[in-house]
Amino acid sequence: MRYSALALLRGALSGGRSWQPAWRSPEPKAAYDVLIVGGGGHGLASAYYLARNHGVRNVAVLERGWLGGGNTGRNTTIVRSNYLYPESARLYDFSLRLYEGLSRELNFNLMLSQRGLIDLAHSRHDLDSMARWVNSMHMNGIDARLLSREEIAARLPLLDVSPEARYPVLGGFEQPRGGTARHDAVAWGYARAADALGVDIVQNCEVTGFLRGGHGEVTGVTTSRGTIRAQRIGLAAAGHSSVLAALAGFRLPVTSYALQAMVSEPVKPALDAVVLSPGTGAYLSQSDKGEMVIGAGLDLFASYAQRGSFAVLQGVVAATLALFPSFSRLKLLRQWAGNVDVVHDSSPIIGPTPVPELFINCGWGTGGFKAIPAGGWTLAHVLATGRSHPLAEPFQLERFHSGRLIDEAAAAGIAH
Amino acid sequence: MPGYRLPAPAGQCIDRQQRVGFTFNGRAYQGYAGDTLAAALLANGVHRVARSFKLHRPRGVWGCGLEEPCALVDVGSGPRRTPNVRATLLPISEGLSVRSVNCWPGPEFDVGAVSGWLAPLLPAGFYYKTFMWPSWRAFEPTIRRMAGFGRIGTEPDPDHYEEIALQPDVLVVGAGIAGLAAAAAAARAGARTVLLGASARLGGQCAWQEDAEAAGLAAAVRAAGVRILTRTTAFGVYDHALVCAHETVTADGAAQLPACVLRERLWKIRARAVIAATGAFERPVLFADNDRPGVMLASAALKFAGAYGVACGRRAVMIANSDAAYAQAARLRAHGIEVAALVDVRPGPHPPTEVPRLLGEVHAVHGARAVAGVSVRTGAGLRHLACDLLLSSGGFAPAVHLHSQAGGRLRFLEESAMFVPDGPAPSLVSVGACAGMFGREAVLAHARAVGEALARECPAPAAAPDGCGRSAPLRPVAGKAFVDLQNDVTSADVALAARENYRSVEHLKRYTTTGMGTDQGKTSNLNALLLMAQLTGQPAAAVGTTRFRPPFAPVSFGALAGRRVGALYRPLRRLPAHAWHESHGAQFEIFGDWVRPVAYPQAGEDLNAAAQREALAVRRQAGLFDGSPLGKLEVYGPDAAEFLDLMYVGTLSNLGIGQARYGLLLNENGTLVDDGIVARLSARRFWVNTTTAGVERTAAAFEEWLQCEYPHLRVLITPVTARWANLTVAGPRAWDWLAAAGLDGALAPGRTRHMSLTDSALDGVPLRVLRASFSGELGYEINLPAERAAWLFERVWAHAAAVRGSLYGIEALQILRTEKGYLHIGTDTDGTTQPQDVGFARGVARKAADFVGRRSLLRPAAQDPERLQLVGLLGVDPTQVLPVGAHIAPGPAPAVSEGHVTSSYRSPELGRGVALALLKAGTRRSGERLTAYHLGRAFAAEVVMPPFIDPTGARLHG
Amino acid sequence: MMQLPCPWCGVRDESEFVCGGASHIVRPGLSASDAEWGSYLFFRDNPKGPLRERWRHAYGCGQWFNLMRDTLTHQVLSVYPMAEPPPAGG
Repeated sequence: MRYSALALLRGALSGGRSWQPAWRSPEPKAAYDVLIVGGGGHGLASAYYLARNHGVRNVAVLERGWLGGGNTGRNTTIVRSNYLYPESARLYDFSLRLYEGLSRELNFNLMLSQRGLIDLAHSRHDLDSMARWVNSMHMNGIDARLLSREEIAARLPLLDVSPEARYPVLGGFEQPRGGTARHDAVAWGYARAADALGVDIVQNCEVTGFLRGGHGEVTGVTTSRGTIRAQRIGLAAAGHSSVLAALAGFRLPVTSYALQAMVSEPVKPALDAVVLSPGTGAYLSQSDKGEMVIGAGLDLFASYAQRGSFAVLQGVVAATLALFPSFSRLKLLRQWAGNVDVVHDSSPIIGPTPVPELFINCGWGTGGFKAIPAGGWTLAHVLATGRSHPLAEPFQLERFHSGRLIDEAAAAGIAH
Repeated sequence: MPGYRLPAPAGQCIDRQQRVGFTFNGRAYQGYAGDTLAAALLANGVHRVARSFKLHRPRGVWGCGLEEPCALVDVGSGPRRTPNVRATLLPISEGLSVRSVNCWPGPEFDVGAVSGWLAPLLPAGFYYKTFMWPSWRAFEPTIRRMAGFGRIGTEPDPDHYEEIALQPDVLVVGAGIAGLAAAAAAARAGARTVLLGASARLGGQCAWQEDAEAAGLAAAVRAAGVRILTRTTAFGVYDHALVCAHETVTADGAAQLPACVLRERLWKIRARAVIAATGAFERPVLFADNDRPGVMLASAALKFAGAYGVACGRRAVMIANSDAAYAQAARLRAHGIEVAALVDVRPGPHPPTEVPRLLGEVHAVHGARAVAGVSVRTGAGLRHLACDLLLSSGGFAPAVHLHSQAGGRLRFLEESAMFVPDGPAPSLVSVGACAGMFGREAVLAHARAVGEALARECPAPAAAPDGCGRSAPLRPVAGKAFVDLQNDVTSADVALAARENYRSVEHLKRYTTTGMGTDQGKTSNLNALLLMAQLTGQPAAAVGTTRFRPPFAPVSFGALAGRRVGALYRPLRRLPAHAWHESHGAQFEIFGDWVRPVAYPQAGEDLNAAAQREALAVRRQAGLFDGSPLGKLEVYGPDAAEFLDLMYVGTLSNLGIGQARYGLLLNENGTLVDDGIVARLSARRFWVNTTTAGVERTAAAFEEWLQCEYPHLRVLITPVTARWANLTVAGPRAWDWLAAAGLDGALAPGRTRHMSLTDSALDGVPLRVLRASFSGELGYEINLPAERAAWLFERVWAHAAAVRGSLYGIEALQILRTEKGYLHIGTDTDGTTQPQDVGFARGVARKAADFVGRRSLLRPAAQDPERLQLVGLLGVDPTQVLPVGAHIAPGPAPAVSEGHVTSSYRSPELGRGVALALLKAGTRRSGERLTAYHLGRAFAAEVVMPPFIDPTGARLHG
Repeated sequence: MMQLPCPWCGVRDESEFVCGGASHIVRPGLSASDAEWGSYLFFRDNPKGPLRERWRHAYGCGQWFNLMRDTLTHQVLSVYPMAEPPPAGG
């Protein structure tokens, strides 16, 4: 069924009985053309684009828990494409452009809110770095503008821009098309659209091993719900990429870390942009519900625990108050952590693995949410054609041997 | 309106002798000292306190503590304005001024209530299904204004917060009778015991009843020497059983407060054993219009009566899905509150009661603005009951939050429809109601046994969760039956989620927003998942709970940050001679974590003019600079030389004593991470300068290599940055100046060489003098004990006039080093730059041995001829200073960038702009004309090889 | 927030330590192939469960040591000096 204001009216008149399941809960079949392991945003998007772009509809998405329950449901919902290098800029801006049309394409309101994403400069060195950054973005064909201190003060009235501040604000830059999207809706929207195209989304189905053929190629998986065969398999299980790789017999250049985030109780509108302060490490925005959504740094030790260190939490709150002192009397409502795949250059891996017919989408580090459409699109491409999508060519495992890393963080001196 | 005060002894927590005036939405009211705002409003007959989140329905007080979903207020004004305070937790104080949230103009009449008329169009998740055309952004501002509760303040918080760590043997969380019994037993058994109580009084729900046993337990706890923290709520169990708790020190809203008070305190408690005694929350019964002001939890009405002497109505009807309702009804009657009927929704058998009992379910709540009656569907048809208070008593949900956070598992008790701990959690044991135990004798015996066992480091005896009796299964209810009152989630919304296959408990929560409000679902999560279980035909245990995450109750950001605010947030470092620079006209700026002079402007000069003058003074006469933050390490030991050869791109083991050499440091990936001068003090001792920002990571990297990869090398690394100040004199007359100041003639340019280090002294103060230069001029970097820095500045400065010497700051230093083409790590390099990109290809090639990062320089990427390399740029228009960050490209944007300008200044010596840039294949492109683009403007420039001045380096030698 | 046992100073809060990642990674020489060098630099087991890693008591004695820790529960399983081989059974 199509969602619309009219559908809501019909729903009201029918007492809700006109609504249909957003997706089925099918029993897995014995075999599919393609299996996607991981029912988060990237996995669901991959399945959707396999069906939509390539006509490959005999596809199942296998999800260990509930769909969208990994990092798709545990992030700070930021979308942006403010990258320095052309390789990254092309990939992430492609993603943002897909996001821009996605609510209508999927017929599911993802609440894409391009309210602008502002990076703060706290020193003259920051101003110089941001000039480089803005010019890079212009070269890459991406919207960006430098902001003066006064422009920032006008946009962010509660920000402490006084010269006495520990992190004084000297200026900054904005990507006007940056913003947020409703994270759960991205998973649900893709799930519903993929399901409508015939994709089986199988929840509570944990992959426990890989079946191999005579040439070492994967031919299927064993799962908590039985054996499922497939001609090709894509892994999109951020946080657990290494665990699956180990099951398939190879290693990845990945370490799993806990990444924390938190929200405050909801308040009336007080912050109408996404704000990042590279100097303090804080990044935050206000959700449509009114909660301040605040991102933290990584807990810098390997973890699969989905909970963060209290000391890191305190540091992030202190950083937030350094920028917005009046938030002191606001209350923390929820905190959580996701498990992120961190690779040395903070850029993704999308392409073949050492195992024939097994492909992977991983390594997004702390920034996978914004890349969901592009990650799905490019994984679907390689799964359908056997060849890497041109956008994904720079993002292969091979770069860790050749040294051709695409290290945005190091180049910008900024964490993702 | 129905609320009124009861005579004593009701009102254990209030002082009827002390009247307190406060205002609510601008109207003045009075209460008693000890009242919460909720109690005082109820006593004044105020039943409409706020409006709900989505539908703006009028709401009254529903609970009596932190579970309160409805009665939120904004407290105070100005810098102490505090949003979303629960009226049930806020003590009133003279002059308190509060406003309702989420309504305009007020909770009685609210324009936003228009959304209530549209309610049928706004089921759970309606926003996912519409607002897509033309785009969400067209609707978002309006919806954002409708959402949110209170308003955040706009001024910095004047109050402060502190943090205290404790390491007791046993921590008991919760000061109800179970917690008291456990704490007393633990302390009597010899354990250092800490007890946390959420309210000001001990005894939990017994604190406001006349309960001799509870009073006796409280006395026993005190007598046993338990450390008691009241008004303190444990909000999280973190790794390795760190319990974090939050104490309210100064209640919000008092009109008469000093300029700054200690508002809240954070406790970090690491106990050998933790006992949770956090009780249970009452579970409401589900019926249509259960949000009408006048409907509330039975336990809340009891607390208002007992603790504050407030009757919430004159004629109550109790809706029961639990045996507890019978005792509650009896106690209400004992307070003199009429209970017109007890409606039991369960089939029999039922306990005896003196209250008229009906068997049936609520059909409708009457009264448009507040409860006026209820009709009940019984076996004998509909019965109308007039009442002004409708109490919901649906059994209890144990507060298993801490147990779950600690990693404990849960199981479902079918009869009582509650989740209880399935055995203890790692390092946390539950007692009392939070363990699913509700019988007083059993609870006390178990709590005592647990306290004593844990004190003696023995295993705790198992709990025997028996629940709180029978409760009927929850069934979907038609109409506006609210599961989550704060977020306006109805029974129909849960049914919609089930119908649309948002059936996982996490999908249910996220799709309907159940439990995502400020009350965190204390009274709604359990009902929502029980409903989902009913709707989908699953056992409740299979639906499961959402994860219990900290915080258990909202905690202010101020308390979490503690003293890490203002100047104490990442405190800045000051130069040893900071005051001296201040008195000599320095303009300071923050560089990393240091405050440093950026320039010393004279009258009428701006920063640029001052830096130009200062830089020129260094070129023409001499300048004096404070280089104290420069990183300094001493590397000592028989294998120190071998170790440094492994660390640096260059070879250092062949340095003679007293010689110095510039070196580059790479990480193992081959990236340039630091640079600096290394000097040999003796055969076994080296003086290592690093960049200011890089000293800590360099010292850490040295230690890691030494301890983890080369443990056989006998080397000690000592960071000495803070011990040594650094006073730098540079310029053609640098030595004249220093000689005039009395430095030893042995340091004269003829007697020392560029890149040498000499130990000297002045007036008995040891000086470590390095002949080196970051300006390209004759340079002396004089290191001396930090506490003598100001003395030496004064001593040298006294002789400035003789050479027309000048002070210079960071900005002039940057001009000077750019003129000279000296790179600045992190400015002229980034995380991709390797030594061959900055002119050190031959240096790498010359060295045969391995060093950190060397193998990475042999990979294909390192051999790529198109790498970015450091070059000089001269603008074709000499008056132009190329903008830093401008990109070199074949045409205007969008285009493929070929590099960017990294440093750029007007050179006062050359009278023109000079710049450094990272440029693709740069070293092959000398003489090429190209264009740099900055924000749409084009700048023509020519590639040159730096330095821009003194290419032979003659000036370095004086 | 974890508590870690420094072999020299005893049990301290996590915030005094710095984690150096997986331990017992053998550094190849200059003659290593690009593949061997890349594996050494970047590729890790990254298990969900017991992991041998190295930590430094950075804001204490400054010493590195080995720790076996469960990456799912964060439970510390064993501690041993830097120079020692991993204990059996890990």
